[in-house]
Amino acid sequence: MLDGRGSIRRRSGARLWLSAAWLTVFVLAALLAPLISPHDPLAQDLMLGRLPPAWIAGAEPGYWLGTDSLGRDVLSRIIHGARIALVVALIAGTATCLLGSVLGLVAGFYRGWADRLISRLVDIWMAFPPVLFAILLIAVLGTGLTSVILAIVIIDWTRFCRVVRAETLNQSKMDYVHSAKVAGFTRLRTLATEILPNVLPTIIALLTLEMGIAVIVEAILSFVNLSISTDQPTWGGMIAEGRTSIHQAWWVLVFPLIALFLTVLSFAQFGDGLRERFDPVLR
Amino acid sequence: MADNRADNIFEVSDLRVDVADMTRKPLFGPAPRLEILKGISFTIPRGAVLGIVGGSGSGKTTLGRTMVRLAEPSGGRMLFDGHDIAHLSDAAMRPLRPRIQMIFQDPLSSLNPRLTVGRTVAAPLNARANDPRVGEALEHVGLPANFARRYPHELSGGQRQRVGIARAIAMRPEFILADEIVSGLDVSSQAQVLMLLEKLVAELGLTLAFISHDLSVIRRLCSRVIVLRSGEIVEDAATVDLFERPQHAYTRELLDAIPTPDPSVRW
Repeated sequence: MLDGRGSIRRRSGARLWLSAAWLTVFVLAALLAPLISPHDPLAQDLMLGRLPPAWIAGAEPGYWLGTDSLGRDVLSRIIHGARIALVVALIAGTATCLLGSVLGLVAGFYRGWADRLISRLVDIWMAFPPVLFAILLIAVLGTGLTSVILAIVIIDWTRFCRVVRAETLNQSKMDYVHSAKVAGFTRLRTLATEILPNVLPTIIALLTLEMGIAVIVEAILSFVNLSISTDQPTWGGMIAEGRTSIHQAWWVLVFPLIALFLTVLSFAQFGDGLRERFDPVLR
Repeated sequence: MADNRADNIFEVSDLRVDVADMTRKPLFGPAPRLEILKGISFTIPRGAVLGIVGGSGSGKTTLGRTMVRLAEPSGGRMLFDGHDIAHLSDAAMRPLRPRIQMIFQDPLSSLNPRLTVGRTVAAPLNARANDPRVGEALEHVGLPANFARRYPHELSGGQRQRVGIARAIAMRPEFILADEIVSGLDVSSQAQVLMLLEKLVAELGLTLAFISHDLSVIRRLCSRVIVLRSGEIVEDAATVDLFERPQHAYTRELLDAIPTPDPSVRW
């Protein structure tokens, strides 16, 4: 019997640990923001405006990553911005995952009218341009953290639904599903105990990817000023503000961008790494 | 055996199965029906081992899947221990399921890749993987008890098929359908699995239907053989008679297809 799965090499080591390390820093920064940020992220001091990062001439001690045009400390704002990013990643990511995966499992396993209904809904949903859809939704729901999370869930569930449905369809054709029927399992039990364990690795990989995407979507909405009120620092908001002074103070734009980039990348790598490490089939 | 049980574990009469023939479906309107099984009748007495042979496309796998009600027949009757199961709903079929088990052709696809062997064998029993019945079933098929912690992809083909057998017999069924269970194995594993099945039939008093395209495998195991061609039974005979005096030309064709050490000697 040909089975190459045993010969796939595990190479999760470095990227799993690197991504886990960055995510730990990210989560700790978010949780301990008031304790560890060197300055008040909202405190303005026009005398200290556009200070460069610590290693460039003209820097003021204590402002490690410089200040923006209003004299607010960039590092402190990034640390506080992590809080919004973390909340959005966890809540929006998980809610999107639950909604999309449940619908995908139902459509792929039960087929029939449920599948037709869900699949058409996905087709219609995906025909909307996502960013415009998000802006439209925020316009209707009003700005605020809840609206942002809701908008992400409403837009992105199709991502899960399509992939999970396809994977469920695949798995449903396997003999072990027939075998469960012969053993007298109910349909629901077959779905929960036989199919779900086989779709779960895909769901987890998608979930971590979605957490990264949620952070990006929040940043995009902040960028177009439709996210959270301006008195709360967000990475997207910082990038938007930094854009106006990019020639005078590049650090206002670049550092939140790096934080965003590393976080999104780490989420995706973390998911893949987890899958490689803990999936009994790949292991 | 209790007195109220039927003598024949299976009584199949005029069984018909058809499917939609999508290759000849008109642009509008329903597809024509294609008959896979065209009125099949046979019985399986309690304790017998019935061989079902036929070439590709003869309908033997469809027959098997219909008998364990993975498929629904379009006509005819199918009595299992006196109950007509031909058109039972999934829910009505469920109480009978533990009594009818199946061993699948492809042991890799029929074992859930993300469940350990122990959980696979234990699940139909509604037991935990460390239930004594799991160890007992594994022992019956000649696997050490510590295999319960392994995953299917860690096993060889023969070992996987043993797990498939263990799962079927752990339920203590009255009837087991074995669908081409050795065709994916190499010759030495084939012989081992067949020997195992012979032993289990004797030890556990199983009634078995054994589907195969290979008559040499059937000869070893079965007391009676039905030969299928294009959805019809062309011959239904005791194994000895079938090999000594094949009545139908198609049976002789199948017999001639068995490789023998000396081609000039017939079976």
